Amino acid sequence: MIVKLLSGDKPRSAVLTAVLLVILICLAGAPFIFDGVRPLDTAARICIFILLVASYDLLLGYGGIVSFAHTMFFGLGAYGVALASTHMGRGFDALLAGSLAGALAAVVLALLIGLFSLRVRAIFFAMITLAVASAVAVLVSQFSGITGGEDGLTYKIPRVLTSANRMGEFLGTRITGKTLNYYLVFFASLILFLLLLRIVNSPFGRVLQAIRENDFRAEAIGYRVVWYRTAATCLSAAAAALAGSLFAIWLRYVGPDTTLSFEIMLDILLMVVIGGMGTMYGAVIGAALFILAQTYLQNLMGSASEATAGLPLIPDLLNPNRWLMWLGILFILSVYFFPSGIVGRLRQRRAS
Amino acid sequence: MTAAPDHRPNFASVSLAERLDGALPVLLVPVLVVFGFFAIGVPSSWLTLTVSGLAMGMMIFIMASGLTLVFGLMDVINFGHGAFISVGAFVGVSVLIALGEWTGAASLLLNMSAVFLAVVAAMTVTGALGWGFERIIVKPVYGAHLKQILVTVGGLIVIEQLIHVIWGPDEIFFNRPETLKGAVTFAGAAMEKYRLLAVAVGLALFIAMRMVLRRTKIGLIVRAGVENGPMVEALGYRLRLVFVGVFIAGSALAGLGGVMWGLYQEVITAGMGEKMMVLVFIVAIIGGLGSVEGAFIGALLVGLMQNYVAFLEPKLALVSNIALMTAILMWRPQGMLPVVKAK
Repeated sequence: MIVKLLSGDKPRSAVLTAVLLVILICLAGAPFIFDGVRPLDTAARICIFILLVASYDLLLGYGGIVSFAHTMFFGLGAYGVALASTHMGRGFDALLAGSLAGALAAVVLALLIGLFSLRVRAIFFAMITLAVASAVAVLVSQFSGITGGEDGLTYKIPRVLTSANRMGEFLGTRITGKTLNYYLVFFASLILFLLLLRIVNSPFGRVLQAIRENDFRAEAIGYRVVWYRTAATCLSAAAAALAGSLFAIWLRYVGPDTTLSFEIMLDILLMVVIGGMGTMYGAVIGAALFILAQTYLQNLMGSASEATAGLPLIPDLLNPNRWLMWLGILFILSVYFFPSGIVGRLRQRRAS
Repeated sequence: MTAAPDHRPNFASVSLAERLDGALPVLLVPVLVVFGFFAIGVPSSWLTLTVSGLAMGMMIFIMASGLTLVFGLMDVINFGHGAFISVGAFVGVSVLIALGEWTGAASLLLNMSAVFLAVVAAMTVTGALGWGFERIIVKPVYGAHLKQILVTVGGLIVIEQLIHVIWGPDEIFFNRPETLKGAVTFAGAAMEKYRLLAVAVGLALFIAMRMVLRRTKIGLIVRAGVENGPMVEALGYRLRLVFVGVFIAGSALAGLGGVMWGLYQEVITAGMGEKMMVLVFIVAIIGGLGSVEGAFIGALLVGLMQNYVAFLEPKLALVSNIALMTAILMWRPQGMLPVVKAK
C-alpha cells in the first residue's frame, strides 16, 4: 500500500527514511505538536515549498531544463486566487475558480514559451524564461489598477478557514478555522506531491530522464524530445501555479515580493540543489531545511553581526540583509561539491 | 551507378527574395525607423526618440558583445555577466565622484579626462574580475550547461551582494560632467549631447571590433574558434588562452557599458546589471548566439523598439521587446545571423 502510494520509488536509505518520516509526522501534527502562530506558519510554508520545489525538480532534475520563470507560474496561481476572491466575493467557488484559472494560464504560458524556445536549443529556455519572468513582474507592478501594484492585494477567504471560526478543543489545542486551513494546505500539498512522484516514475518520467542524459540518443530511439520537454514544462507550471494558489489561500495576501521576486527563484534553486536534483525526496529535505534555516538563522546572523560590531567589515558581511550572499556562496559550493545533494549522499553511503 | 543529384542547374535568374536574404536583418533597422516615423507622426519627437534609441542600442551592444562571443567560442553561457555591468558602473561612478572638481568644471578637457579615467578604472577592475570569475567559477564546469547556468547565477548574486557590502545598500545619484549636460537642437528636435556621444562611442567600438575580428590574426583565430574549435586546436593554437582573453575583454566591455549606462541614467543600483541582462539576453538571442554583427543589429532594434513603444504606450516597453524576440524567433529560430558551426 505504502509502496504503491510512493509509486515504487522508495527512499532507499535508512537515514533518509527516518528523516522523511520525522518531517511527515511534524508536518502532519504541526497544529498539535507546536504552540503559537509562527511555527504553524513555518509548517505551512514548508508544505507549500515542498510542492513548489518538487515541481521545479521535475523540470531541472528530471528534465535537465533550467527555468527562471518558476516564480512566475507560482505567482500566476497566487494572483488567480487573489483576483477571484476580490471580484467574486469570499467563498470556496472563488478559491476553486481562481486556482483553476491560474493553473490554466500557467499551462498556456508554459506551452508558448516551451514551443518557442525548446524547439531550438534547451539553453534558450533559461534565457527566455528569465526575460519573460521579468517582463511579467514589471507588468504586475505597472498595472496597479488590477493587481494592486507593489502593495499587492489583500482579500477575504471563506470564514470557515479563518481563526474567527472556533470549533472547540482537541488534545488541549484550540481548533479554529486556521487549523482547518493548515490541513487544506497540508493534504493538497501531500496529494500533489504524490502525484508528481507518480509522474516521474511513470514511463513518461523515464523518457524525460533519458532525454536529460542524452537528448540526441533519445530522439534517435524515436521519442519526440521537444514534445516531452514541453509537456514537462507544462506539468511543472501547473503544479507551481497550484502551490501558488495554496500560498495565497494561506497568507490571504499576494504581492510581487512574496510571489514573483527573483529572490524566491533563487531560494527554489538552492532548495533543489541542496536536497538533491533528480530525486523528489530531495525537494522535501531541501525545502524543510532551508525554510527552517531562513526563519531561525537570520536572527542568529543579526546577533552575530551585533557581537562583532567593533571589527571592520565583518559586521557588514554578517548583516541579516546579506543573507543572500551566503546563500549564493553556499549555492556555488553545493553545485561543485554536492551535485547530488543530501539525498544523493545518503543513498551513496548505503551503496558503498 | 549512382542516381543523379537532386540539384539541377537552370538558367532562371536569382529572385529578389534570394538576393535580399542575407541583407534582410540589416534592413530591419531602417524599416523599424521608418515605421516609427509613421507611428509617432511628429518629426521632432521622432528624431529625439531615434537618437535615444540608437544610444541605448549602442550601450546594450557594448554589454552584449562579450557575452555572445564567449558563448560562440567556448559554449559557455555566463549569467554572471550582469554583475560586471554593475561593478563597472559603481567603480566608474566612484571615480567620477572622487574627481568632483574636474567634472564640475565647465572645461571639456577636464570633463573628458575625468570620464576617461573613470572608464579606464572600471574596465580594469571588471577585466580583472572577469579573469578571476573565469578561473574560480566557470573553469570547473566547462561543457556542462546545467551547472554553468546554476554556478554563474550564484556568482551573480555573490558579486551583487558584495557591491552592497562595499558601497552600501542605497542607490547612488550623481550628476553628469558639466559639458555633457544639456541638449543640442537640430531641426526642432532636442538631442541630448550625451546620447550623441554614446552613439559615437558605440559605433566606433563596433567598427574597431569588426576590424579586429576581420583583419587581424587574433581575430582570425577567434572566428575560426567559433566555427570549429577542435580544428583550431589541432593546428596548434591554444584556444583556451584565446578564450580567457576574450572573456576578460568581454567583461571589461560590460564594465564600459555599465559606466555608460550609469551616466545615461544618472543613478546606479546594484541590481542594474541584472535588469540589463534581460535586454542583453534578448539581443544575444535574436542576433544569433555567437554573432557580433547579429548582436549589433539586435541591440539597435531593441533600443529603438524600447524608445518608440515607451513613447506611444509606456507600460508596454519591455513587453514589446519580448514580442520582437518572439517574432524574430518565428522567422529565424536560430536568430537573425546564426553562427554556422562546422560539424
